[in-house]
Amino acid sequence: MMKVRLRFFASLREALGPGEEVDLEAGSSLGQLRDRLIARGGIHAQVLARGRAVRCALNQVMVDESSPVPDGAEVAFFPPVTGG
Amino acid sequence: MIRQPRVRIQSGDFDLSTEVAALRVDDPAVGAVASFIGTVRDRNLGTAGEVGTLELEHYPGMTEKAIEAMIDAAMMRFDIRAARVVHRVGLLLPCDQIVLVAVSSAHRGQAFQACEFLMDYLKTQAPFWKKESTPAGAHWVDARVADDAALARWGISASNA
Repeated sequence: MMKVRLRFFASLREALGPGEEVDLEAGSSLGQLRDRLIARGGIHAQVLARGRAVRCALNQVMVDESSPVPDGAEVAFFPPVTGG
Repeated sequence: MIRQPRVRIQSGDFDLSTEVAALRVDDPAVGAVASFIGTVRDRNLGTAGEVGTLELEHYPGMTEKAIEAMIDAAMMRFDIRAARVVHRVGLLLPCDQIVLVAVSSAHRGQAFQACEFLMDYLKTQAPFWKKESTPAGAHWVDARVADDAALARWGISASNA
């Protein structure tokens, strides 16, 4: 099992809190981590549902969900960005 | 000479002429400076005068890293001398400045292009989020498909909105 530090921003942060530490099976991808969170049901299932636009970053670099998650990584989920 | 930061994220306002002076200081090879400033409007999709405040959230650490990488990309892609970006966060009001992009080069064509490239890139890949407050309440601003299209013109797939 790996330890992963999760962070949420913007509307996801308002719904789920700023973040938490989770355990994740070694070799998991970001997409599988998202599925794990959806499987919790409730508000997690609602805001992270497939079909909702959720972007992700791994160790502070924007990636797509196929990226594998290394042990001790910081993973962030957030809505599409709206800066500038 | 102390190396100036190329990217600043701050709550306080910025001054264009100060930033341009810092950008081109000690570089007599500069023949052109192009810049862009984004400001808070009093309307988004709705009626004029409706936006009370705009709150800007960001991902500290990733924001600076992401914009530094965009500047690296611009330096490789265009024949420019230097670039700097200042982006405000926190609570802003209509007519406030939000973002500055400034680019120096020998000639104007590359400076104009690099400035537009950096703004198009920042709009779809830099981790900021805007929350508007209006008489109807506060809501998060939606990302625009048009911004993804703008980045696509440079051959970069945004997949943001």
